[in-house]
This record gives sequence, structure tokens and C-alpha cells, in this order.
Amino acid sequence: MSKQSYAAALVDALHDAMRSDPRVSIIGGYVLGLGPQRTLTDRLKQDFPDRVFDPPTSEAGNAAVGVGASMAGMRPFVDLGTASFSYLAWSQLTNEAAVAHYMTNGRLTAPVTFHMLHGVRGGGAAQHSQSPHAMLWNAPGLEIVAPSTAADAYGLIRTALASPNPTMLVSHAKLLGIETEVSEKKSAIPFGVADIKRRGRDVTVVATSLMVPYCLTAAEALAKDGIEVELVDPRTLVPLDEKTIIESVSRTGRLVVVDECPLRGGIASEIAATVAERGFKHLKAPIVRVTRPDTPVPFSLPLENFVTPDPEKIAAAVRGALKAG
Amino acid sequence: MPKGPGEKRQWQFLERMLLIRRFEETVVKMATDGHFRGHYHLYIGQEGTGVPAIAALKRKDFLATTHRNHGHILARGADPGAGLAEILGRATGLNGGRGGTIHLCEPKLGFLSTSGVVGGCISLAVGGGYACAQRRDGSVTMALFGDGALEEGVSYEALNIAALWHLPVIFMCENNSAGAMGMAKGGYPSLVHASKNLLLIPKSMGIKSVRVDGVDAAAVHAATTRAISLCRSGRGPVFIEAMTPRWAGSDPLWPELATGITDLRMATGGAVPTGKHQAWFEHYDPVLRLARELANGGEESVHRLSALDEATRKRIADAADFALASPLPAPETALNHVFVQEASA
Ligand SMILES: Cc1ncc(C[n+]2csc(CCOP(=O)(O)OP(=O)(O)O)c2C)c(N)n1
Ligand SMILES: [Mg+2]
Repeated sequence: MSKQSYAAALVDALHDAMRSDPRVSIIGGYVLGLGPQRTLTDRLKQDFPDRVFDPPTSEAGNAAVGVGASMAGMRPFVDLGTASFSYLAWSQLTNEAAVAHYMTNGRLTAPVTFHMLHGVRGGGAAQHSQSPHAMLWNAPGLEIVAPSTAADAYGLIRTALASPNPTMLVSHAKLLGIETEVSEKKSAIPFGVADIKRRGRDVTVVATSLMVPYCLTAAEALAKDGIEVELVDPRTLVPLDEKTIIESVSRTGRLVVVDECPLRGGIASEIAATVAERGFKHLKAPIVRVTRPDTPVPFSLPLENFVTPDPEKIAAAVRGALKAG
Repeated sequence: MPKGPGEKRQWQFLERMLLIRRFEETVVKMATDGHFRGHYHLYIGQEGTGVPAIAALKRKDFLATTHRNHGHILARGADPGAGLAEILGRATGLNGGRGGTIHLCEPKLGFLSTSGVVGGCISLAVGGGYACAQRRDGSVTMALFGDGALEEGVSYEALNIAALWHLPVIFMCENNSAGAMGMAKGGYPSLVHASKNLLLIPKSMGIKSVRVDGVDAAAVHAATTRAISLCRSGRGPVFIEAMTPRWAGSDPLWPELATGITDLRMATGGAVPTGKHQAWFEHYDPVLRLARELANGGEESVHRLSALDEATRKRIADAADFALASPLPAPETALNHVFVQEASA
């Protein structure tokens, strides 16, 4: 075992996929954003100079090229940059890629992988801080992947690039530099298999992406008070491993869902609804959701902190869930 | 340099251009000192475009700007203290700290939403032009946007609508890509476009289109004045491409004060431009270029220049003090203003 950053694992996955599959190419000039990790992608350009494209600032066009190329047999990885700009490609994501297979009675496939940097990055204000994947969850036909660790990023990207379906992969901008354990030989991870990131008997916490390390920090603090959190990371929202989540709730009887998307119609809401519907008999207390409130993201630090879930807010919500019921 | 109203205007331009320059120099210092977080964009090198273009507008007109908005906001007369406070996320900032550097906005001065979405400005401005046309009061909307906006699809849709409906919109495209290394080489983005002549794009839709030297304040003012008068008389829209070579400090991905604190004595012979930015100092710095023209007026002008510089430095120093002393907003106010509150509507 050694440690690797999320960003480095992401680049490893792209490199290995390009080496093993000549259909894979990259449309995107700054897959890792503008931060210090950005130069990690240099070796992709060096080793595959004719398969990495610096596109114009044309999210709709870049996404469309990826969708079309995938319909024609390629496996493009299209980076949409800051996730807030994916809205410019909304039609290509939700109304082209997502529906093509269904609309052609299963004859056409669109095996394109999209990537974007989501979340409250710090000082990004309203227009650079969004997490649009909750909205995409309402677009049937798209696989949605939200890794939280280096090993998961590697494994899920390999699966995304091999998947016959269109896949949206979201990376939280603040995850890129975080190092986590990886084994010598990283391998593909199937979609729809949740990972229990921490075992505990008292309460089930479900989280993805950056909220996973935040929940681990909260869990450590709670453990000092004898509260044992079980942290379930679904890793993929589509397909969703409902079984593992409900099985965990059947043991703990309590559920806290943590996500950075706004509350209404969000990721936490969907997971809460699923457990309420299919695991109601296991619940000893109401489900608690920890999310952003339904506001845009403000620039100023105290305002931004106020609206963003963090380990303290998560720990407080877990304590609340244990007191109730 | 002719005396009279022309010269008076030139001095007014220089006053605003220098205000922007000192403001931006302060922004870099505040960023370096860790007073605010995140990416930011400076208007240094483009003052010769924004100031005279905006000076040609009237009170009733609308404007739209982008992530590179500081210069536009100041050119229109916004308070530099409130501008710096916004960049620092303070409660006294233009947007109460909610926007930050990318979204400085002053609706009272006619600004529509300051959009950080590339292509956002040019397209919202067409909506501004639509409103002006509906009002029938001769007002116009000016979009001040970067060349990169023409990489976005929505820009074509917006240009087409403006052309079809003859909307009173001045499309001021600030092309700062000349000489830039660009993203592919690890720098800040520069134009990635198959067309090497951007004017052909609006021209293909029958939009009157001109190119000007964006460093030459007088030329920009003349072109903008003509464009505005066409728009006011229902013969818009007009597209202006203002060319400014990429300022060295905006060439890397993260801005830096590449040419140092501007030394106005370079315009009066009191200091000699040297080093690797010599050509910029001599030819492409719009502030120095205009100051040099005005200093040609003789001894009195030289004194006037240094007095202006001193007053401007003081004004920005006061603005910085105000911003740094301003409180941060109360955390729970983050929940306000998602919707219009009836009382404040
Ligand atoms: C829709 C969208 N895509 C990408 C970005 C990231 N981005 C920020 S500034 C910039 C370059 C803009 O160039 P230009 O419009 O010429 O303005 P300049 O910064 O040169 O003044 C890009 C691509 C963005 N803000 N919006
Ligand atoms: Mg530009």
C-alpha cells in the first residue's frame, strides 16, 4: 500500500485506458482545473499527442462531439471543466447522450464519458461552485459516478471508459490534492457497488465525493464520545447500490445522508426517499439530511462556510439523529 | 495634441485609466498578501478601451461585463472602496461580499448581471438591447466581453437575434490574445478559434463591424461614439473589435504584476523604460501612451500629471484602507436575497 492523490490516480486511469484502448481520446485542456495538480496531465499529452485535444471554450460543442464520436464507435473522455459550465451542454447530456440508446430501441449506444469539477471550491461564488449531478440524476439514461478516493477514482474511471453507456464522472475540486491509500496494482471497480468506508453500529451515514472524507473526520470526533458511525459510500449514483445502504440501516436503525448539493430534489433527498420507501421498518428515528441550503453559493468566506456542509455540521446532525426516536 | 475640449476629455480619460491601474496594482498586492481567495483577472493594459468606450455612453444606457470587470465598473464611476471591499468579500462591498472579483456589479450605474460565464455577457446584453428598443427612449446597451466569448455557441445566437431585430447593442470585443502563450502552453487562455478574422463573424450577419487599436483611447472613443449614434438611430447593432496585445501579467495562468508598479515618469522623460518589457512601456501601455501625449503639452502638463498621480494613489490607498477595515458579512445573511423580499422590492 502507498498513498496517492485523487488527481494522480485520475491521470493514471486515463493513461492506462488510452494505452489499452485505442478508441479512448481526451477532449479537454484542463481536466484538473487551474490548481497545482494541473501539470499532472502533461504526460498524457506527451505520450498520446494526437489523442488529447485542447478544445475551444465551447461546452455544448465539445460535449456534442463526444456524444457523436461515441455513437460512431469511439470512447471519448470529454472534460467540461468547472461543473457550473456543464449547463451549456445540458441538451447534449440529457437530451442526446442520455436518450439515444432508448430512442433507437436499443440499437444505438453512446459510450461517452464526461468529466467535470464540481462543488464549493473556495471563493468560487455562485457561478463556479455548482454540483449539477443531482439534476442529472433526473435524466434517465446517464450513469453518474462520484468517487471519493484515489483508488475509487482510478477504478471507476476505468469502468466508465469501458462502459457501453454514457457516463458522467464528477470530481470535487477540493478532492484533487487529497491523498489516500492505493494498492500496488489499481484495478477497475464495477458500478453499483457501494463501499463501506467505515464500520459502525450506531448510525448509518451515506455520502459521496468530498463529503466522504468530511464524514470520516466527523466519525473520528464522534468515536471519541463512543458514537460509532457506519459510513456508506455508494460511489455511483446511477446505478445505486440500494441493497448495501438498506442493509446498513437494518443494522443501525438510523440514517443521516450528507451531500453538498442543495436540499430540494437533491442527492440526499433521493437516497432518503429510497430508504423511507424500502427500509422504513428498520428506522428507529426520522432520516436526517445534511446538505447545502437552497441558496446559490456566496463568495465571502463566512457566508460560504455557512451554507456548506462540514465535519462539525455532520457530527451535530449525527448526534441529533441519535437523540431522536 | 490639440488644446480645448479634446484635451479636457483626454485628461478625464487619463484620470479614470490611472484610477483603474492603481486599483489593479492594489488587487495584486491584496491577492499576494492572502487577503482573498480564488482566481482573478486584471484590466491592466486594456484601460485604453474600457474608459473611452464607457465614457461615450449616457446615464440611461446599460452595460454588461465579464470576469474581467474591474476596469469597466470603475470607468463607469463605481466607488473603488466598495470595489476593493467586494474583492475581499466584505459586507461593504458592491455586492455585499456575495460576488467577489468575478462579479463586481453596480446596477445603479446601468450594469446588467456581471456574468463569469464566458458568453454570458454578450448574450445578456442583447436582452439589454431588446429592453432599450422596447423603451423607445434612444438608450443602448454595451457588451464588453473578451474574444473568447466567440468560442461559445450562445454568442452566435445572440448576434443573430440582435442583427435580425436591429437591436441597439454595441458589441465591444476586447481581443487581448495577441502575443499570448495560451492554455495549451500552460498560460492563461487565449483565443482558440479557426477564424483569424473575428470581424467576419458579425459581418456575415450584416452587423456593422470595425477594428480599432484598443491601446489608443482617442481611436476607441471615436469608434464607440459612431457606433452608439448608429444604435440610437435604430441602425444597430454594431460590433467593435478592440485589439490590445496581451499584457505580460495576464499571460500566465495566475496573474502577476509583471511590469511592476507603473512609473508615470516614463511618460515624462523622468524615467527610462528598459528591460524585457521595454516595448510594452514604450508602445502598448495605454496609460503611459496617453500620459506621454498629454505631457507633450509642456512643463505645466508634467506637473499636472504628477499631481494627478499623487491624488489617484491617495484615493486608492484610502479605498484599500476602507476595504481592509470593513467587516465581513454576518454568516446567517447567506440565506437572504435568494428571492426578492417584498419590503425591498
Ligand atoms: C462557460 C465558461 N467556460 C469556461 C470558463 C473558464 N474561463 C474563464 S476566463 C476564460 C477565458 C476567457 O477569455 P476571454 O473571453 O477572451 O476573456 P479574457 O479573460 O481574455 O478577457 C475561460 C475559458 C468560463 N468562465 N465560462
Ligand atoms: Mg481574451
